[in-house]
Amino acid sequence: MDRVVLDSLEPLIAVLTGMGYTVAGPTVRDGVIRFAEISSAADLPAGWTDEQNAGRYRLRRAAGPEATGSQDRLETGDASAGDGEQVFGYAASPDSAKRYTHPPRTTLFRLRDGVPEEAGREAPPIALLGVRPCDLAALAVQDRVFLGGRYPDPAYRARREALLLIAVDCATPGGTCFCASMGTGPTAVSGFDVALTELTGPHRFVAAAGSPRGAGLLAALPTRPATAADLEAAEEVGRTARTRMGRRVELDGLKERVAEAHDSPIWNETASRCLSCANCTMVCPTCFCTTVEDGADLADGTAARAERWDSCFTLGFSELGGAPVRGSGAARYRQWLTHKFSTWVDQFGGYGCVGCGRCITWCPTGIDITEELERL
Amino acid sequence: MNAPRTNGSRPTGGRVPRLAVWKFASCDGCQLTLLDCEDELLTVAGRVEVAHFLEASSIRGAGPYDLSLVEGSITTPDDLERIRHVRRVSRNLVTIGACATAGGIQALRDFADVREFASVVYARPGYVAALERSTPISAHVPVDFELRGCPIDRRQLLEVIGAFLAGRRPDVPAHSVCVECKLRGAACVVVAHGTPCLGPVTQAGCGALCPAFGRGCYGCFGPAESPNAAALNARLRELGMSTPELVRVYRTFNAASEPFRRAAEEAGA
Ligand code: SF4
Ligand code: SF4
Ligand code: SF4
Ligand code: SF4
Ligand code: SF4
Repeated sequence: MDRVVLDSLEPLIAVLTGMGYTVAGPTVRDGVIRFAEISSAADLPAGWTDEQNAGRYRLRRAAGPEATGSQDRLETGDASAGDGEQVFGYAASPDSAKRYTHPPRTTLFRLRDGVPEEAGREAPPIALLGVRPCDLAALAVQDRVFLGGRYPDPAYRARREALLLIAVDCATPGGTCFCASMGTGPTAVSGFDVALTELTGPHRFVAAAGSPRGAGLLAALPTRPATAADLEAAEEVGRTARTRMGRRVELDGLKERVAEAHDSPIWNETASRCLSCANCTMVCPTCFCTTVEDGADLADGTAARAERWDSCFTLGFSELGGAPVRGSGAARYRQWLTHKFSTWVDQFGGYGCVGCGRCITWCPTGIDITEELERL
Repeated sequence: MNAPRTNGSRPTGGRVPRLAVWKFASCDGCQLTLLDCEDELLTVAGRVEVAHFLEASSIRGAGPYDLSLVEGSITTPDDLERIRHVRRVSRNLVTIGACATAGGIQALRDFADVREFASVVYARPGYVAALERSTPISAHVPVDFELRGCPIDRRQLLEVIGAFLAGRRPDVPAHSVCVECKLRGAACVVVAHGTPCLGPVTQAGCGALCPAFGRGCYGCFGPAESPNAAALNARLRELGMSTPELVRVYRTFNAASEPFRRAAEEAGA
């Protein structure tokens, strides 16, 4: 389908809402960008940008001083104060689509008087606005994990199908982004219903449909055909973004290099800086590991089994016969890096990393996987 | 310090299990958490006989008890006798809270001279029969499970009681607060604001309460399963914390737990 231009996101949000979707988009909360339900384009973070580096994230006005801090909590939709008009002028936020497709905690089944009741699989329709190209790639990885193979996960399938994806090309990659070297960004190529490229002067969005659902949506909106100048400006966004990647990874021979480093002394050195806190795996858009929690409700006598995010950095994760197999921090760090860049390829036919940089930004001690890979 | 793994052990013969709640040196906050479980407590009261719980009533049933919840640390010669009695009359003994599990805030005396404190505070310090140190219950008798927190978390307490009633192992993860912080979707205060936080070395259980309100974790639940305090201390120094400040953050409710004691030493105590 030919690309079109939207002058505002307001009709898009209104139409989606009218179609019964809950629209979730980026908002400013507690000094970070978070997905939350939005009802108007005014809820989007106009004029905000981010600075990301290892162990550091700061939101600030696109032009102006840093504006964060635990005391002055930043609220949603303060668009009027924005210097800039861009609403997607930042990179990957702590949340990825994982929170929607693979939520932190889900009930699997309940036991009432000893009789199992499977948890409902109805997933409410959600339109996710502002999904980044790296996150589209991460969803493709998740699809292989949860839907490929012999035991597809029906609950994941239901949530995934209920999700309408409105992607946005990245114009301002963060200091920890390396999607260009992973081949996953910064431009949305596939896996979306609609992809937007945000342009300024004047503020507008070039939109492309990536599915029949997306084409239907665009057809219901007030648009005009994109001119050659619009398309050239959109191309330029991608070209510039590609030169602004804060990090890169050399993929040539990487899988083998990581596998061969099994006995490297590097792991111990890295472990001396690693807190085994699991933040990296929690924010990673492809990490899928869970544990089960069994609980009994003392009040009504029912029991329930829930699935909850777990991580190869916890000791319980590798507990076998009463003791963890990966007791040392070094063994746990090695598991994480080796899974992402080597054994994931054996398991799922591609890397477990899409280059979003979240694990680097959100590591409290700033451990940088791209640096660790370099050192191997 | 490590919580002993247990599969619980149920009362035999189908009778109603008997619960006892005991207090040693403590502020009663953990027992209040039990009272706070309003609705569930009624159910608990229906499924167990609350045979000894002075905080809630004056019942003082005779032992033995199937489950004893013990609050507080051992700080007097009398405590030493009493905890042995409690162990003798209890099939399962579960400590509740930082005092019973690590010695509590009163274990700060371990790092000073208790006689000096007594002489400053009391007119006749000679009447004060206090031990040199404040010690956890596990230093004196075998403990079946240790529930952390200052105070303990309501949900975790119900989980532990439910688990012991059902004869299964309580689901009380020993990983970091960071995991709960991310499950909850809170913004990391270290990364996003530069606020010092003990979450990476502290055991989960509170649901990341403080980070969810923009504050750093104070370490109420004590050391996590494999804390790397040296790495965290290096980061906290980068965030501007001085040696005395670092020592102070570890010297609170869980000061006497071995990993936090070492963390403070590593920081330069
Ligand atoms: S690499 Fe960083 S985020 Fe991951 S476990 Fe280690 S310290 Fe935590
Ligand atoms: S490993 Fe790190 S950079 Fe790669 S996808 Fe996961 S969070 Fe993003
Ligand atoms: S890196 Fe660890 S948490 Fe992530 S998917 Fe692999 S084993 Fe699971
Ligand atoms: S990694 Fe690429 S796609 Fe992801 S946020 Fe950064 S620039 Fe955008
Ligand atoms: S705020 Fe504290 S507990 Fe939460 S992720 Fe950051 S370091 Fe961990």
